[in-house]
Amino acid sequence: MTQFKKFRGLLFLLTAAFLSGCNMVSMNPSGDIAIQQRNLIVTSTLLMLLIIIPVIALTVVFAWRYRKSDANADADYRPDWNHSTQLELVIWAAPLLIIIALGALTWISTHTLDPYRPLSRLDANRSIPAEAKPLVVEVVALDWKWLFFYPEQGIATVNELAAPVDRPITFKITASSVMNSFFIPALAGQIYAMPGMETKLHAVINKPGAFDGFSANYSGAGFSGMRFKFHGMSTADFDKWVATAKADKTELTRDAYKQLEQPSEREPVRRYATVAAGLYEAILNRCVEDNKMCMKDMMDIDAGGGLGVPGTVNLASSTAVRPTPGVDQKPARVYVGAMCTARDYPADIALSPADRPL
Amino acid sequence: MFDHLDITKLVFGRLTWDAIPFHDPILLVTFIAIGLGGATVLGALTYFRVWGYLWREWFTSIDHKKIGVMYIILGLVMLLRGFSDAIMMRLQQAISFGDSVGYLPPHHYDQIFTAHGVIMIFFVAMPLIAGLMNFAVPLQLGARDVAFPFLNNLSFWMTASGAVLVMMSLFFGGFARTGWLAYPPLSGIAYSPDVGVDYYIWSLQVAGIGTLLSGINLIATIVKMRAPGMGLMKMPIFCWTALCTNVLIVAAFPVLTAVLGLLALDRYVGTAFFSNDFGGNAMMYVNLIWIWGHPEVYILILPLFGVFSEVVSTFSGKRLFGYASMVYATIVITILSYLVWLHHFFTMGSGASVNSFFGITTMIISIPTGAKIFNWLFTMYRGRIRFEVPMLWTIGFMITFTIGGMTGVLLAVPPADFVLHNSLFLVAHFHNVIIGGVVFGAFAGINYWFPKATGYKLDPFWGRVSFWFWISGFWFAFMPLYVLGLMGVTRRMSHFDDPSLQIWFQIAAFGAALVALGILSMLIQFYVTFRDREALRDTTGDPWDGRTLEWSTSSPPPPYNFAFTPLVHDNDAWTDMKKRGYVRPLQGFIPIHMPKNTGAGVILAGLSAVFGFAAIWHMWPLAAVSFVAILVVAIGHTFNYKREFYISAEDVLRTESERTQLLASHV
Repeated sequence: MTQFKKFRGLLFLLTAAFLSGCNMVSMNPSGDIAIQQRNLIVTSTLLMLLIIIPVIALTVVFAWRYRKSDANADADYRPDWNHSTQLELVIWAAPLLIIIALGALTWISTHTLDPYRPLSRLDANRSIPAEAKPLVVEVVALDWKWLFFYPEQGIATVNELAAPVDRPITFKITASSVMNSFFIPALAGQIYAMPGMETKLHAVINKPGAFDGFSANYSGAGFSGMRFKFHGMSTADFDKWVATAKADKTELTRDAYKQLEQPSEREPVRRYATVAAGLYEAILNRCVEDNKMCMKDMMDIDAGGGLGVPGTVNLASSTAVRPTPGVDQKPARVYVGAMCTARDYPADIALSPADRPL
Repeated sequence: MFDHLDITKLVFGRLTWDAIPFHDPILLVTFIAIGLGGATVLGALTYFRVWGYLWREWFTSIDHKKIGVMYIILGLVMLLRGFSDAIMMRLQQAISFGDSVGYLPPHHYDQIFTAHGVIMIFFVAMPLIAGLMNFAVPLQLGARDVAFPFLNNLSFWMTASGAVLVMMSLFFGGFARTGWLAYPPLSGIAYSPDVGVDYYIWSLQVAGIGTLLSGINLIATIVKMRAPGMGLMKMPIFCWTALCTNVLIVAAFPVLTAVLGLLALDRYVGTAFFSNDFGGNAMMYVNLIWIWGHPEVYILILPLFGVFSEVVSTFSGKRLFGYASMVYATIVITILSYLVWLHHFFTMGSGASVNSFFGITTMIISIPTGAKIFNWLFTMYRGRIRFEVPMLWTIGFMITFTIGGMTGVLLAVPPADFVLHNSLFLVAHFHNVIIGGVVFGAFAGINYWFPKATGYKLDPFWGRVSFWFWISGFWFAFMPLYVLGLMGVTRRMSHFDDPSLQIWFQIAAFGAALVALGILSMLIQFYVTFRDREALRDTTGDPWDGRTLEWSTSSPPPPYNFAFTPLVHDNDAWTDMKKRGYVRPLQGFIPIHMPKNTGAGVILAGLSAVFGFAAIWHMWPLAAVSFVAILVVAIGHTFNYKREFYISAEDVLRTESERTQLLASHV
């Protein structure tokens, strides 16, 4: 086993040496989740090469060995040989065995590397300290920039993300308009950012540095520029970074968010010292507009049987529409009207449908 | 009441002069080039007075062989369009770094990659496989035509109409900027209010009807019209793969029609199936489109597995190894292809158990596929392999496809997919299997059956040149994309910040240039073949020492395919007949009952294209008129009772005697 480990280490080293030439971030990441994913890619590839290499070699050998030519006239030729039970057993069993091994690996790794699952270790040698509390970051994909909320610190940033090294991070991810995919290859695999839905990702960064983050799913004209830097920092540097953001005194109000939400490309980094209460929840539930019903309320009402015919007339609209190149006139956006405005009730007060004024 | 009625707007809907891209020099040049080229072709056709011939002998033909040939011509023409898109993308990505933004702005680049995907799948790969199946399946079965010959003609023209709609988007308004599967919300009316997505919807709806009808037709043909003695397990393997593919078509395409119908309702009448504001869910679309989309990739590849099986057995001079296991492998793939769709969106937050389930079912597909590769391998084993052009494509496929299969299984491991999804690694993977499998297979099939369809072989020299350009071009174009994917580079980017990536894109662009030479060589191959057709003529009907029934008749086959329906005793029916000393019957012919040509298919499909165009541009009066016209023509056609005729016994005798003389003169 130790020998295998040594061998595996050597293989990773070889791969790393090959890859260092072209800076393959996915093969040489800095976060524990991404490292485990890299190891899985290498192991699965080696497992499959066990069968792929012989197949390719045999193709070339057979093609040459049984070619029709005068020089090769004495090669074995059996035009009617078309069945061999033993051979067919091998043909089906060999891929089957590989897939059994790979399937087991898949089942285990999919569960251990499930992005929704809280981390169980900091890296291969360190477990998570008992007192560690994950850093929560709420991520919103906008057209075409990224907005990050730090509920614990009370700040928000655009196109810049930072986290202390070796502190677990919990990302809650959503989007304002269309689908994007939140991806920092050095940190962990990607997960989609979708409007009206929240996805999650747990990860940890093990090395300080500035890493690339971007949207991996095409989202329209500004997609290519939808990039940000992710900074892994020491705890002290991170606190300093938070303090800088707070010193700025800018506030992310709902109105400021509605401005920010408009399509724009290659936005510079922005930092907000304070954030309007419940803004992330409102974005997730698609009710930043005061006159719009939140999705969770709509779902509550629908779960209770809906409003029947009166529900069909409870509509509101917004004239703030997204500009599209080449299209002058667009209809106003129509949606389900709010029954109470978001400002009346802070997000942390839970109302059951029965308590809600109708 | 009519105060606000604007006649221009009523008639032309959204279509205005602004929709024609005069401001875009690339499109303008394309427009002029196609205009001039088109005028030249049309002028030449008129000058040589071939319109009547084309209409009578080809457009209205319900002969499966001619329809098959027309499908393949459509596929090859659209290949030129789809490949132009590819080379524009490669060029843009090779130069658009740092301060340079390249020559394509995002709104144009995004149309190009969307059109490239849509065209290559729906209007290149689908027509090529439909063409090969249409041409070869009835001949291999020993049948005179497909089960529903008129439907076959209609299917072809519906597919062609879809292609026409896609091409029109070049010059009127523009195509979708959503990616080839048009995920909402991006494809919804709020984010794509212009006509692009409507072009996408209507071209696929029109072509989809053709595909579905063709699927029903071929299933009926294979199930009901096999020659006497040909039990299912004596059927040529290509017919088996065609049967499975058409079963997949009939089961999967209605899902596409439904999901595009729902998207159209969202866009046209304001329903909210896929938008959040009224409680819809975009993931519904993603699920449905992939429930069609994953079987679709097997629809594409299975018939070509059949082609490779025929080719490898013919050119190894040997029976196919493991026929039964080949059949079962095909059936297993058919069934499993419905149980894997979620692997296209592991990254959308499904639970670990769901992701593992779909990951493992995906891997299981590699078992029958692996068995197939081994079967081809052991068909070559102890054979006498002739390296004719179809066999070259087959060996190129076996090596290339295996690597694509491996990267596919890697992508099926969910945690690995989190890293590789949406990256250029994925792009490299699916081009690896689609070019290495579908395109190579189509070219193997075209080279293999060309002498049967036309009566002369394709020029082997230019065939080889084309093969070597294609395969080297493929490796140069896509191996860098694997590397780039591992460097964390995503697909669909029109600009890059990191200059260190540029060299890889330049290598890929070089590969694309090699592929361009491969395509050029193929066009030269067609030209040289036509020029030297006397030297390349196949007088025997059996130029490759073939094994299945299509090689027992003349090249090209007579309209009735077989003067007498053959009797089948063995899998490789023609090899078996040759071995038993089969003697061609020279007399005793009887009149042959044949279906008659009809123009109804062309007219119905043309009206469908008009209807699609009207719906795209909101020209409601025209849409209503064309829709009513479709109904009138369709119902009117049912009153056409003169749909069949007899080829007299004398005509059969004359045709067969000519062949007898031809065979005798070249012994």
